[in-house]
Amino acid sequence: MAPQERMAEVMRSSYGRLLAILASRTGDILIAEDALSDAFAKALIHWPDDMPKNPEAWLLTVARNRLIDGQRRDARIDFRDELPEPQEPEAHSTEIPDDRLKLMFVCAHPAIDPRMHTPLMLQTVLGLDAEEIARAFLLPHTTMAKRLVRAKRKIRDTAVAFQVPEVEDLPSRLSAVLEAVYGAFSQDWMGEGPLAEEALFLATLMVDLMPDDAEVLGLAALIAFSLSREQARITDGQFVPLEEQDPTRWNAALIQKAVSYLTRAQAIGQLGRFQLEAAIQSVHADRLHTGITNWAALVQLHLGLSHIAPTIGATVSYAAALGKGGKPKDGLKALLEIDEKVRAGFAPAQATQAYLLSQLGHVQEAATAYKRAIALTPEPALLRHLESKRKRLVLKP
Amino acid sequence: MRYTFLTYSRPEDFANVPPEELGQLKGLFGAYIGSLKEAGILVGVDWLQPVSNATTVSDGGDRIQDGPFAETKETLGGYMTIEVPDLDTAIAWAKKCPMAKYGAVEIRPTAMDA
Repeated sequence: MAPQERMAEVMRSSYGRLLAILASRTGDILIAEDALSDAFAKALIHWPDDMPKNPEAWLLTVARNRLIDGQRRDARIDFRDELPEPQEPEAHSTEIPDDRLKLMFVCAHPAIDPRMHTPLMLQTVLGLDAEEIARAFLLPHTTMAKRLVRAKRKIRDTAVAFQVPEVEDLPSRLSAVLEAVYGAFSQDWMGEGPLAEEALFLATLMVDLMPDDAEVLGLAALIAFSLSREQARITDGQFVPLEEQDPTRWNAALIQKAVSYLTRAQAIGQLGRFQLEAAIQSVHADRLHTGITNWAALVQLHLGLSHIAPTIGATVSYAAALGKGGKPKDGLKALLEIDEKVRAGFAPAQATQAYLLSQLGHVQEAATAYKRAIALTPEPALLRHLESKRKRLVLKP
Repeated sequence: MRYTFLTYSRPEDFANVPPEELGQLKGLFGAYIGSLKEAGILVGVDWLQPVSNATTVSDGGDRIQDGPFAETKETLGGYMTIEVPDLDTAIAWAKKCPMAKYGAVEIRPTAMDA
């Protein structure tokens, strides 16, 4: 492999691991980033002629030396813990500690603006630059860059602890971490943008770091299921709903991965929101083998989800499942329990209302609801899907 | 690092608290301050009279007026300063402060060390 390629690979696989070590020992992400980018710059010069056997250890040694030099000039650099010194930088077997879990908890710390949890993770754990993150979050580059720096300064200046929280705080702190990973996924749920793969990487990393937590496994399963359908989700520029997708276009390997995460989650015997969402996905995925969708099971799972995580989205999905399971009247009743004003401003609620009304034969009312849904939908692929649903409605006698 | 807890409250925070519970508040504070001392982290503490007794000096001393610097719904009731390793430890202590229940505790790290 060419040094440039090898370097890109090391950069991707080792960036977060090395940054976590440097940041957790100094309490300062900014200075850790500087030291690490300096080490990568030196690698660009040295590696083409002399590729180290253990690139991670090489980078850590260079970054470590730079921090220690920096400390001599600037007393503000304060080592909370000693930096590990790879014994033999050239050896293969050097054990480099993994501090990424601590870093994940810092990124999703309650003292940090929740909107910055996901961007911080993408930057520090995956090494994405501010410009890429800004693009994914539809924000100007300078705005995103400023917010990232502000968050990192707060982490440094208020001495946020790089540690896995105590048992009593763990449930709420872990849920913030998972929300942030989910945030990367939901930012890009259609899987067209750059973040879906990154979300899967973060979710898989969390499984490696906390293999016995049901929600960690549930989230990884959920994201893997969703990504497995990336190729089937859009046909000819038009969004295709899950139950109408061609299962042969699903990624069977990813489904298998998702199923194995979900099976592990279910074995723990602790129900949670992400596990339920993944279970819903798995019922849909079963169509690959059975050829049918088990709507009765889906109705039960959606009902469970709307109890465990009572959101507008959960209620809308429950109502839709009832309709598709042959109970459009019950579906409409469940949907109309949502506050009218809230429904009026939420495209999925309008689209579901339109679908249920059309099932019940109220064509005119359904057409009006589709129009409202269309007015609320910015994504072109989804727009085309809703337009075609509306047109088919009018064509019916 | 040194952190100062500024305790804030609004009069309405106490509106629905039964009188006997209000009477216990002083004791709760005493116990809390005692636990900070026992942990060996207490640097300083004070509990303040109401803002109606505030006097404000400004304009280089030329202006002295009756009342607080800023009229706000939330008023500063007191402070305590502790020395702990990190923000997470400070947050854990702030959660135990009685004012976290009746109002809010703002945590501010020191700017003197840098």
